[in-house]
Amino acid sequence: MRLPVSDSTAVAHGAAEAAHHEHPPYQRHHFETMGQQNDATNFAMWLFLLTEIMFFGGLFTAYLIYRNWYYPAFVEASHQLQIGWGTGNTAVLITSSFTMAMGVWAAETRRKGTLVLCLVLTFILGLVFLGIKTIEYSEKWEKHHVPGFHYSVQSFVNPASDPEVYKEYHDKPLAMDMASKTEMYFFLYFAMTGMHALHMIIGISILGYMIFRAQAGAYTTGHVTFVENFGLYWHFVDIIWIYLFPLLYLISRHQ
Amino acid sequence: MSDAATIVSLPDQSTARIPKMNFLSKENGLLSWLLTGDHKRIAILYLISITFFFFIGGALAGLIRLELLTPQSDLVATDTYNKLFSMHGLIMVFFFLVPSVPATIGNFCIPMMVGAKDLALPKINLLSWYLYMAAGIMMIYTMSAGGVDTGWTFTTPLSTHYVNTHVITTGLAVFIAGFSSIFTGLNFIVTIHKMRAPGMTWFRLPLFVWSNYAASILMVLGTPVLAITLVLIVLERTVGIGVFDPAKGGDPLLFQHLFWFYSHPAVYIMILPGMGVISEVVSTFSRKRVFGYTAVAFSSVAIAVFGFFVWAHHMFIMGISNYAVLIFSLLTMLVAVPSAIKIFNWAFTLYKGSITFETPMLYAFGFMGLFTIGGMTGVFLGASGTDIHLTETYFIVAHFHFVMVGGMLMAFLSGVHFWWPKMTGRMYPEKISQLAAVVTFIGFNLTFFPQFILGTLGMPRRYASYPPEFQILNVFSTAGASVLGVGYLLPVLYLTWSLKYGAIAGNNPWQATGLEWQVQSPPLTENFPEIPIVDHEAYDYEWLERQKENEVASVG
Repeated sequence: MRLPVSDSTAVAHGAAEAAHHEHPPYQRHHFETMGQQNDATNFAMWLFLLTEIMFFGGLFTAYLIYRNWYYPAFVEASHQLQIGWGTGNTAVLITSSFTMAMGVWAAETRRKGTLVLCLVLTFILGLVFLGIKTIEYSEKWEKHHVPGFHYSVQSFVNPASDPEVYKEYHDKPLAMDMASKTEMYFFLYFAMTGMHALHMIIGISILGYMIFRAQAGAYTTGHVTFVENFGLYWHFVDIIWIYLFPLLYLISRHQ
Repeated sequence: MSDAATIVSLPDQSTARIPKMNFLSKENGLLSWLLTGDHKRIAILYLISITFFFFIGGALAGLIRLELLTPQSDLVATDTYNKLFSMHGLIMVFFFLVPSVPATIGNFCIPMMVGAKDLALPKINLLSWYLYMAAGIMMIYTMSAGGVDTGWTFTTPLSTHYVNTHVITTGLAVFIAGFSSIFTGLNFIVTIHKMRAPGMTWFRLPLFVWSNYAASILMVLGTPVLAITLVLIVLERTVGIGVFDPAKGGDPLLFQHLFWFYSHPAVYIMILPGMGVISEVVSTFSRKRVFGYTAVAFSSVAIAVFGFFVWAHHMFIMGISNYAVLIFSLLTMLVAVPSAIKIFNWAFTLYKGSITFETPMLYAFGFMGLFTIGGMTGVFLGASGTDIHLTETYFIVAHFHFVMVGGMLMAFLSGVHFWWPKMTGRMYPEKISQLAAVVTFIGFNLTFFPQFILGTLGMPRRYASYPPEFQILNVFSTAGASVLGVGYLLPVLYLTWSLKYGAIAGNNPWQATGLEWQVQSPPLTENFPEIPIVDHEAYDYEWLERQKENEVASVG
C-alpha cells in the first residue's frame, strides 16, 4: 500500500517537471494521466490481496488436513467456542465493512464530515471486534485451552467436568490420544484468528492515521485512491473472518 | 574469430562524452541514493548489495570445497561444515539468485523496455530494497552469532526440535526477504499491465519482459506460502505450536508440501528472468528476431503455470503415495517441454544469423549448454525410479548447480555485461571479459561435472567426510572451484575499472532494438525525453536500420 503523502520527497523531480502540463498535485510524475495512476494503484492493491490469500491459504490447508484427521477432537474443541460472541463479532465486522464502504462513497462525493464520521465508526467497530476477541481469548486462558501454555485436556477426556459446555452438547469423553488432538484445533484457532487480529490491528492503525488526514481534508479533493484501497484491505480482512467464523465456530457442532 | 567480426559501434572516442544530464549525475550525496524513487538507482543499489552477498556465499562455498579436498573432516568440525553449507544455500538462494536478475537488470530495464518513466510504485520499489537489506543484516547477524545448520530447506522436525542454532532469526530474515521479493514481483506485474507506452502491445514486448512477468507471478503467488510456513516454524520454536510436530498430532510432511509449494516455483523465479536475458542477447548478437517469438513468450508463462504443480517431486522418498509420485513425475516431465521450446528457439535464432562473439554472447552460449545439461539431468530426477537412487547424492547437487550457477549465474553475468554500457555509459574491456567468460565456463565444468559422477557412485550430499575412493573427483571439483573463483573475481575488477577508464559507449553500442537502447547512456532520470510511440515489433532490425538512415538523412 502506498501512502499518498510526501509525494514530492522521494521521487526526483527534474527540470522537465516544470515543463509538464497542468497536473493535479497528487499525480505522480511517472504517470501520464490520473486514470493510469488510479488504475495502477488499484491493480497493485488487488495483487497484494492475492498474496494475502496465499498467505492465509497455508493455514486453511493445515486446518483442512487436520480437521479430516482429527474430526472428533475438532468437533468437541469447537464446542468450547461461544457462538454468541462469534456471531456478535461477525455482525460488528460486517457493520464496519458497511461504514467503510460508506466512507469510500463519502470521499468520492467529497463529503468531509461524513467521511470522518465513517472512518471513526469503522475505527471504533474494529476496536470492539478486538475487545470481544480479547474476552474470548481470556476465557480460553482461564480454561487452560491455550496450546503450549499448561494445556489441559480435562474438558475433553471428562466432558462432565466442564458443566457449561456439557449441558449444551453432552459430549462423549474422548480417548486420551484423540483428546490431545484438541490442542491442534486450538493451535489453528489461535494461529488463524491471531493472524486475522494482527491484520485488524494494522488496519486500525492505518485508520487512525487516515482520520487525521481526512480531517485535514486530504481525501475529499477528488483523489480517493488511498481510501479506496484501504477499503479493499478492510473488506478483505472482513472476508477472511467470514471464512474463519463458520470453519471454527459453526460447522459440525451437532454430532 | 577475427576482430572484424563485431557489431560494436562506439562513438568517436576523441569527441564522445558521457551526457552531462543523467540519472547518476542528477543528484549527489548518499541521501539522494537512500531516498531515491528512481528504478535505475534502486537497481544499482541492488546490484551492489547482491554482489556483496554473492561473495559471502561464494566464500562459504570455497570453504566447503576446501573441506572436501580430503576424505576426512579436517578443515572444520562437522557441525561447522553443516553451518557452512546451510548458510551458503540460504544466502545464495534468498539473497542472490531470487533477486539477482529481476531486482537489478529487471528493475533497471523493464520500465524502459515498456516505455515508462518508472515502475508503477517507486516507493514500494525502494521499500523492497530496504526489506532486502534488513533481511540481509539479520542474516549477517545470524552468521556472526553462530549460524544455522538446518540446510536451506528448514527441514522439520530438525529445524523445530533438534538443532540449537539460530533458526528463528534465519526464518525471520527469509520471511522479510520474501516480502522484498513479493513487492518486486507486484511492481513488475502492475508496471507491465498498466505502464506500457502507446503502441506497446503485449506481443511487442521484449521477451525479457515476458519472462520477468512470468517470474513475478510466481513471486506474488508462491512467496506468501513460504512466509506463512516460516511463521509456523518460528511459532513452533517460540511457543510450541504443533502444526509440524508429530508428538502433538502435526505432520512434518505438511511442512514439506508447504515449503516446496514455494520453493519449487522459486527455482523458476530464479531461472526465468535469466532466460529473458538470453533471449535478448541471442537475438542481438545474431542480428535476428528471436525465432518463434510467441512460443518463447508463452513458454515462460507455461513454465510459471506448470511450476506450481510439480512441488512433490522433491518428496519422492518422503513417503508420499505412489499415485502422487506417478502424477508429480508426469507433471515434472511436462515442464521440460516449455524449457526445451526455449532452447530450440534460441538455437533456431542462431541458425543463419550473423553471429558475433562478444562477452554477453559467450556467457549466453555457456548458459545454453549448461542449462541443457542441468535440465536434462532434471528429467533423471523427475523420473521416480532414478530419483530414488540419485536423490540426496551429489548428483542432485550437480543438477541444481548446473541450472542455478551454470544457468542463472551465466545469464546474470551475460546481462550485466550486456546492459553495463547502458547502466554506466562506459564499455567493459572486451578481451579480458571474454577471457573471464571462458575461465568461468571451464571452472564451472571442472567443479560440477565430477559431482554428477560422484553422485552416481553414491556419494551423499551434506557430509563433511567421504570414502577415500571419491577423493580424485573431489580434488577436481575443488580445483575447478578455484578457477571459478577467479572467473567471478575478474568481472568485479574490470567492471570497477571500466567505471572510470572504459570507452564511452554511446546510446546503442550493440545496435540492439530495445527501447532502452534508443535513449542516451546512462539514461535520464525520466528515461525518455518524451514517451515513445511504438510502431514496430520487438527485435525488428530493419526498423533499426531505417531509424539510422533517417538520422543520417536529417543530418545531411
